[in-house]
Amino acid sequence: MGGEGLGWKDLEIGFVVTEPGNASSYKTGDWRSERPIRDNERCIKCGLCYIYCPEACIHEDEEGHFEADLYYCKGCGICAHECPRNVIGMVEEKEE
Amino acid sequence: MIEICIYGRGGQGAVTLAELVAHAAISEGKHAQSMPSFGPERRGAPVLAFLRVSETERIKIRAEVTEPDVLIVLDPGLLQVGDVVSRLKKDGTAVINTMKSHDEMKSRLSVNKLATVDAMSIAREVLGLPIVNTTMLGAMIKATGIVKLESLEAPLEERFGKVATKNIEAMNEAYAVTVVS
Amino acid sequence: MTKGKIVGLEGSFAVAEAVRMANTDVISAYPITPQTHIVERLSEMVADGDLDADFICVESEHSAMSACVGASAAGARVFTCSAGQGLELMHEVLYIPSSMRLPVVAVAANRALSAPLSVWCDHSDVMALRDISWVQMFAENNQQAFDLTTCAFRIAEDKDVLFPTMVHIDGFYLSHVIEDMVLPEEEEVAGFIPDYKHPFVLDPDKPVSMGCYGPPFIYSETKKAQDVAFDNTRPRIQEIWDEFGELFGRQYLPVESYKMEGARVALVTMGSCSETAMLAVDELRAAGVDVGLIRLRLWRPFPFKELREAVKDLDLLVVLDRAISFGMGGPVCSELKSALYNKREDLKIVGFIGGLGGRDIQISEFKYMVTQAQEKVKAIERGKEVETVIIGVREGGGR
Repeated sequence: MGGEGLGWKDLEIGFVVTEPGNASSYKTGDWRSERPIRDNERCIKCGLCYIYCPEACIHEDEEGHFEADLYYCKGCGICAHECPRNVIGMVEEKEE
Repeated sequence: MIEICIYGRGGQGAVTLAELVAHAAISEGKHAQSMPSFGPERRGAPVLAFLRVSETERIKIRAEVTEPDVLIVLDPGLLQVGDVVSRLKKDGTAVINTMKSHDEMKSRLSVNKLATVDAMSIAREVLGLPIVNTTMLGAMIKATGIVKLESLEAPLEERFGKVATKNIEAMNEAYAVTVVS
Repeated sequence: MTKGKIVGLEGSFAVAEAVRMANTDVISAYPITPQTHIVERLSEMVADGDLDADFICVESEHSAMSACVGASAAGARVFTCSAGQGLELMHEVLYIPSSMRLPVVAVAANRALSAPLSVWCDHSDVMALRDISWVQMFAENNQQAFDLTTCAFRIAEDKDVLFPTMVHIDGFYLSHVIEDMVLPEEEEVAGFIPDYKHPFVLDPDKPVSMGCYGPPFIYSETKKAQDVAFDNTRPRIQEIWDEFGELFGRQYLPVESYKMEGARVALVTMGSCSETAMLAVDELRAAGVDVGLIRLRLWRPFPFKELREAVKDLDLLVVLDRAISFGMGGPVCSELKSALYNKREDLKIVGFIGGLGGRDIQISEFKYMVTQAQEKVKAIERGKEVETVIIGVREGGGR
């Protein structure tokens, strides 16, 4: 999360956080119990998964396919639910 | 220091009277303090305002006036409402708006010094309104000399703008006709 | 030395003049008796072009303080005022500018709390604000209402303070009283309150995150930092008051004494009744009682050092509280006992409650307190429990 080791003398006036946009370093990928997998053979590149992703973690690759960034993907399954071609499935995260 | 209680009814301008005299006294280089008796003002309900004027020392006390040197009564009906006159100091002065004769009031009230004026008639005639506070200023000054009559002109102009002239006229009229003994 | 012109001003207007001369940028306030005249006057000044400020009309005190927080975060000089129930509705938001170190300035026209409904003065509203970490001070007359409001801007915005600052003026006793006071020249006040720059403002070119959430692993550190910073404001507050004193000829201190030479007993007051208490001290002194008066000017941060110094030769402190901490007694009395515990075991402290909900406090009441307190000390020495007395309260019970 960041800041766990800070002492009171390390804090800025009013506890402002001076590094803008530092929420991007916050890993939400470890909230995930299921991960999205997709069949790009049947994908029509409509981009609805990209639009609906509440975490905004889906990006378009060079070929126009879409992929979730697993550092952020919480495994909510909304992309799978919204996909008009049912090319996205949710599979359980395996223990490592 | 002179301590004054002003009894009136909501809408008659007791608080304004106290404020005007305070401003006039301060403009003369005196110390003054005007203080309303802190209530939700309601038209017609009895209202009490306090005023202190001191020639020399800064006024420190910040509490109600309990034994006034001077009592101003804007509405003669208030003499019946409560204990208006009894707290006046033995050598104090009462200034009363009344349509009754001075002699009649003098015999009814046991006060050291009494000033009477029919302020209501003056106010109706000069201002066209039954609001007597500025008229009573004239009576008060005549009875007490607490400030100069002309010292009230600037505060009246500040407060009333265009209609200040009529209020000054009413004050001067009352000053002329008030009976003091 | 006292520069300026002598004027007759209502306490509320004296505050409004201070806000105008401070060249305030943003005002957001909601009218409530007895603070109303301050808001009315300020909105007139803005409407007439006498004060180049944004007056943000809001639908409640909660919104007023929220608007102040936003404006202050953008770097503006900000003012608000309230009283009684209004401060209570504002309460939740009062903690925000202090922990975010935003120098909002406020004036409270102290008022009792409902129920029963009371628009009149006491310190119940103040006592509910003890822990908001605002610098808080008490004015005793209209001159001080002006002076302390002027100082409040300097104090709040000082880079070694940066805490919101509140000036307490007793409702009606100051807010509605007209009296003579010295109004300084505008340029001199402007010179005393220069423009300020907060180290962190809302600025698209230099973005920061404000008001972030604080999970358990960091919250304690934030509160420690806040407490230390708040404690450290004391010397700057005094320095700013000293500077004001040099410029304008009126010196303010965290704890102010009156006729304390040789005193064995002292009354303790805050706010508008203090000068009435001085007259009681004069009369008691004339009657041979070795009594003085201690007034708490600075309420937060609490002036421990100055209080201990003020009481060092005393046997008895007689404290007037204008509020009740139900089930605990007088809150100021409790705090004085706490501040002096382990420091002066031989000092007796006796509290009285008075002036609740606009009940008048006359000279005679202060004299009564001193006499009664001495009786109570005898009872305490005999090992008796002494309950806190509400001055002048009727017993009844005969029906």
